[in-house]
Amino acid sequence: MTNKPISLTRRGLLMGAAGAALSAPMINRAWAAEPTTINMLAWYGHAEPDMVAEFEAENNVKFVPKYYAGGDNMLALIAQSPPGTYDIILSDAEFVQQLNAAGYIEEMDPSLFPFDDFYPAYQKFPGHWTGDQLWSVMVRFGLLGVSYNTDALTREEAMSYNCFWSDKVTGKLGHFDWHLPNLGQMSLLMGNNSPSPFDISEEAWEAVQEKTLSLKPQVGGYFDYGGTFSSLKNGEMLAMAGIGDWITGVLQKDGAKVASVIPEEGGIQWTESYSIGKGSSKHEIINKFIQYMLSPRGQVRSIQMAAYPGLSPTRSGWKAIQEANPAEAERSGLIEGHDQSPIKLLSEGRVHIRQIPQQQSLEDWNDFWSEYKTA
Amino acid sequence: MKKRLSAYPYMWRLPLLIWQGAFFVGPLVLMVAMSFWLVRNYRMEPDFVLKNWDKMLGRDYFWNAYWVTFFRATLAAGLATLIAFPASCALAFRASDTARRWAVFFLIVPFFTSYLVRVYAWQVLLAESGPLNAVLAHLGLGPFTMLNSGFGAMVGYMTLVLPLVVILQTFSLAAIERDLIEASWNLGASPRATLFRVIIPSARVGLILGAVFAFILSFGDFVSPFYLGGSKPPTLSILIIDTTKSGQQWPRAAVVAVMMIVTLFVVAFAAVGAAYGRRK
Repeated sequence: MTNKPISLTRRGLLMGAAGAALSAPMINRAWAAEPTTINMLAWYGHAEPDMVAEFEAENNVKFVPKYYAGGDNMLALIAQSPPGTYDIILSDAEFVQQLNAAGYIEEMDPSLFPFDDFYPAYQKFPGHWTGDQLWSVMVRFGLLGVSYNTDALTREEAMSYNCFWSDKVTGKLGHFDWHLPNLGQMSLLMGNNSPSPFDISEEAWEAVQEKTLSLKPQVGGYFDYGGTFSSLKNGEMLAMAGIGDWITGVLQKDGAKVASVIPEEGGIQWTESYSIGKGSSKHEIINKFIQYMLSPRGQVRSIQMAAYPGLSPTRSGWKAIQEANPAEAERSGLIEGHDQSPIKLLSEGRVHIRQIPQQQSLEDWNDFWSEYKTA
Repeated sequence: MKKRLSAYPYMWRLPLLIWQGAFFVGPLVLMVAMSFWLVRNYRMEPDFVLKNWDKMLGRDYFWNAYWVTFFRATLAAGLATLIAFPASCALAFRASDTARRWAVFFLIVPFFTSYLVRVYAWQVLLAESGPLNAVLAHLGLGPFTMLNSGFGAMVGYMTLVLPLVVILQTFSLAAIERDLIEASWNLGASPRATLFRVIIPSARVGLILGAVFAFILSFGDFVSPFYLGGSKPPTLSILIIDTTKSGQQWPRAAVVAVMMIVTLFVVAFAAVGAAYGRRK
């Protein structure tokens, strides 16, 4: 009696081993069908299904995102990881030069991407090229101006940053808690638009600081991404500095009475681009993905990205969204001749690329922002 | 008799020592060391420079944030102690044992849900278009700006600390010997004299510990000043976040953290001294 279980176990073991041996080729085949993983370092939303599911299904790949919050955070994440950790890096344009200087990204082949389809202003984007060497490919951008509650301010009032000082928004003006877009907007209001609101003399910088401090009594709070959303949505804040359609566009879809405009003084442009991470072995599929994102169907997805909308740098992207979603094309000004068309604003000198400060250090700007918050 | 060193009692203390070493002393030493490091190309490099200390302590905004945080935490401790005291007295002296047990249970229940979730709930309640202002509007009052203000932050601090303070106070009040209170009555002391000369001195330890816990938790809290106070003005915990976000200045954030810990040590030691020190 006592022997029986043992003999059974032995037989079971043998049978199990035989079974495993027979099924090994099947397992191997299953492994071969496993999708290739692509590690992406990006702002939130870029590897979500609305952006990548179609490409994943067509190419048997799987994106594994690591999301960051801010360029500094991104650089730190790369600095702390071994080379090759990230295959594709989505970065804000002002950080591409730093990625390049630190040797974190690989050179790209310009002939692979449809630069002819780009509007000329975006073909040789500053910082993405060194001479004819390409380091990063622009995929989308957006504009930062005056964001406001449409019950509190009219569009005409919002057409100047001076509306932030209006009685109608006293104690109800929010700041997106990052110095660069806020101080850039203040700099534009002070008339620093040539060459750039970020390239200003010491004297002009003093004036920007003074003007910013005069805004303090209007301020209702400093908010992160989530706080910006909720405070605009529930009407707690009636105007918001340092943001644009990337926030209000999402809220509008939810029916909130908010909007963004680029005021007369001009707006700030944020720009997102893809680079290939140093040491990645997946160049081919990454290039294919970037081509996909720049294609009309990829651009239609990017323009309507669920996390935050973005504009298209390509002519075919504009055409595609006009056909796929005319209301969205109208809302975001992706129609030639539209009064908020980014190309028109750019030709009028009313759009300035967000940069790190040119004549002061980033630390100076950051220090002042901390001072302003505690003032 | 010769004193023999026995390993046995030390063995029992070992887990505590290891725990404290690994999770308190170790990180603390690392943080102090880190405050002397340098950041180059977004990477921390071990070094010994005083630049971070000079930079942080030399700035007005650090001291503004420091005093705001200190003042708010003190206010929170005082408020929590005052609000909790009548409730604790009722629970300790008036309530039946069963009622007290249930009350303590319900004071613990809030800890079942995340503090962050409770603070988000307050965001809805305190909003200008929220239910609280709607009720006040029926009474012909308001609307009041409660969110993104010092008031909002204080509501958050109370959410965090009040249950704990009530529990600590209740236990220490309930432990007072009833004979003492009765003796005080029999000797003709007024209720006021009984309260100030018998009850409060007898429950001193619990009252002070409650206030200290309220101070410590509020002093280091990030959630309330950020989500209910609108970072207006920023507290030290918000300053830490800002400092790490911009330029990955962890060493400078470590300076802020060390200053916070030193402050908490001083306050905690002073409080423990006051709680357990010899009576006059």
